[in-house]
Amino acid sequence: MYPEYMAESLRRVAATRARRLELARKPEPVYPPMDAGARRAVLEGFHPDFKPDARRPVRVGPNRGETLTTEVAHLLESHSWLHAGQVDLARPDHETDLLIIGGGGAGCNAALVAMQEHGVKSLIATKLRLGDANSMMSEGGMQAAVSRTDSPTRHYLDAIGGGHFENKPELVRALTEDAPKVVKWLEDLGVCWDKDEDGSLHVLHGGGTSRKRMLSCRDHIGAMIMRTLMDEVRNHPDMIDIEGFMPAVELIMDREGRCAGAVLYSLDSGEFYVVRAKATLISTGGFGRLHIRGFDTTNHYGATGDGLVMAYRAGAKLMYMDSVQYHPTGAAFPEQIAGFLITEKVRGAGGQPVNKDGELFVFPREPRDIEASAIIRECVQNGGGIETPSGRTGVWLDAPIIDLLHGEGYTAHHFASIHRQFLRYGIDITKDPMLIYPSLHYQNGGIEINERCETNIPGLYVAGEASGGLHGRNRLMGNSVLDYNVFGQRAGRYAGEYVKNVKLAKLTLDHLASFEQEMIEAGVQSDLVTPILLPSYAPEDVKKRRLVGGGTDGLPGTSVLKNRIYAETRERAPE
Amino acid sequence: MKVAAHEPPKGSSVTVYIMGKAHEVPAEATIMGAIEYAGQQIIRGAGCREGYCGACGTIYRLQGDYRIRTGLACTTLVEDGMTLAQFPFVPAEKAVYDIEKLQPNVSAIQQTYPVVFRCVACNTCTKSCPQGIQVMDYVQAAKRGDIAAVKDLSFYCVSCGLCMLRCPAEITQPLVATLAKRLYGRHLRKESPELAERVQAVEAGAFDAEYAEMMAMSHEALSERYYARDVE
Repeated sequence: MYPEYMAESLRRVAATRARRLELARKPEPVYPPMDAGARRAVLEGFHPDFKPDARRPVRVGPNRGETLTTEVAHLLESHSWLHAGQVDLARPDHETDLLIIGGGGAGCNAALVAMQEHGVKSLIATKLRLGDANSMMSEGGMQAAVSRTDSPTRHYLDAIGGGHFENKPELVRALTEDAPKVVKWLEDLGVCWDKDEDGSLHVLHGGGTSRKRMLSCRDHIGAMIMRTLMDEVRNHPDMIDIEGFMPAVELIMDREGRCAGAVLYSLDSGEFYVVRAKATLISTGGFGRLHIRGFDTTNHYGATGDGLVMAYRAGAKLMYMDSVQYHPTGAAFPEQIAGFLITEKVRGAGGQPVNKDGELFVFPREPRDIEASAIIRECVQNGGGIETPSGRTGVWLDAPIIDLLHGEGYTAHHFASIHRQFLRYGIDITKDPMLIYPSLHYQNGGIEINERCETNIPGLYVAGEASGGLHGRNRLMGNSVLDYNVFGQRAGRYAGEYVKNVKLAKLTLDHLASFEQEMIEAGVQSDLVTPILLPSYAPEDVKKRRLVGGGTDGLPGTSVLKNRIYAETRERAPE
Repeated sequence: MKVAAHEPPKGSSVTVYIMGKAHEVPAEATIMGAIEYAGQQIIRGAGCREGYCGACGTIYRLQGDYRIRTGLACTTLVEDGMTLAQFPFVPAEKAVYDIEKLQPNVSAIQQTYPVVFRCVACNTCTKSCPQGIQVMDYVQAAKRGDIAAVKDLSFYCVSCGLCMLRCPAEITQPLVATLAKRLYGRHLRKESPELAERVQAVEAGAFDAEYAEMMAMSHEALSERYYARDVE
């Protein structure tokens, strides 16, 4: 239920709906799309990336001197969980051909393709359960140029335009060119795509698409694809091992500079495990749970940017880690679901963002960074937002217009999850709009890869959200689901090929000491231990009263450092 | 001390019993929010936190009410006097199969999950589903071999496992749901007339020249083409 004071604004939204419905029925856009100049102005004026303290130079590592998102720079300038002597590299606990760190969409695809195409065995080490990933949560769709009016090259142009022409072209080509094949591959595994009467794939628009290209599985595409992939992975227990609740905390190198596995950490027992692997894939996803700039997030509990940290210490180069994607439409009310994803498919199906007076202020399907910035501008500059009881601000996303466009029952069928989500709080989205505000959604950049998912470190592969270069500084809707499928498969293919010929030298963790040394030389002082693994949502006063780890930033890693320093001091103390 | 707690919540609060221990938490909290408010770091029992992943299945009782109730911790609100326990995992044996070789009919169910035929139609599964799914109806459909109906009825299953925890016939419903969806997608779908065509065209190199052209273009030229493109 919306509070009483919002009733007047809701009435205005309802009052303008008939007029906006007329607009939506015409072939022209309901609001003029922005040109290049207008896009630049709204971005620079209102996108959170452009705030004065949003970025700072990182002082250590392969991107030293480069300006990164401030929180990312903090994250990278940090200490390892491990110290000398904690593990015995000469006696690995596991040996495998391919170690896959992260059991989301990219990881599962890679394991299946490495097995199918090369007969290569893999070990999937995942922080929580298999499938605990942002991949599971995507709602709206996956882009693929399958309809006759569309083409992969048009998809290429849309993606690269949405990314402001900074995407790595060879990656965008791989993405768009592999897309139709991926659709078929997933369908043959048993993914149930939404279809039209004649069997054609049902397609909708997304932000920044020039053709209807968004394939869907109602509003559950992530769950549909992920459960299919997980089920297939589990059909091959002799080829694919799964280690749950075992996040990786550091990469292991060999004496010749190749990546040679990782050290895993058991969340159950607190032990470290050494995995020796001929090739290693980082498919750890993104960083939404760092709540960059204090934003709510749409992301999974485990999205703490672990892969970035491990790879960076080992010498992998990052790309575009100065940009953050805020999804235009995160829930702003009720409080309990603040930040939750409201799929872009709502706008693809005709839903419109409107201000407190019920007026349109932006074309509903601009690329995400533009749309999000326009919503922030409407709230911050134009006073068009509504304040919530908890002090958040938002504008309306008018969903009732969808049933008026497509017929009664459309929303309940195609947006059942969101419909149910809001009904729990007494809001029927077929009758009333949702209050929305941008929510931290996606790590646009990441570890730089080429079209074979290779990094600058031999034997280290990266796929999915953890990678950088594909999306430039702004990903379009539906290209992430496609990304983890296309590049997950490519990683399995090329890593599978690589492991056939590699002979590892002696294993080492020397890069950790070198990184610590570099931090000392750069004068970096930090009590942060990373990877962060899980965010803490304990109240501040609880953190203060704890035996260890009452760090002011409240990140769980802080307590580890304090424990470690304590242990080291004890080790050094005379008997 | 009635309530083991740090500073009490600022707004209105309720008392919940997490695994039997009392905590004072904000009245508006979700169960997950309450557990974290009490200071616990959830490791098992939290996943997507938005109702998609099924990691946070929870059972609870309310004061003066004999019923066992179920919910997802991330989307269920606390109530005063609620006693709760999380069930983030329910043991269940997944059948190993080759989806290519299974038939999309009752034989697949017989081969993989014959336990389905133990259903006594008590409807406990449906009553325990936090997604409001008609679980018993899809179990019945599975018994008839109506794979399409299982797929449709179970579409929004998040595999939290609460139905199989409560089922007196010990059926593993979410596993049946996943199998049915795969069988439908693989064997019962309507073929897309244009998909195979497009895959072939890509493999035949139909777009190579245009890719090469655009990949060689300057930012400015590409930008010009982008803003001039027609929109469907």
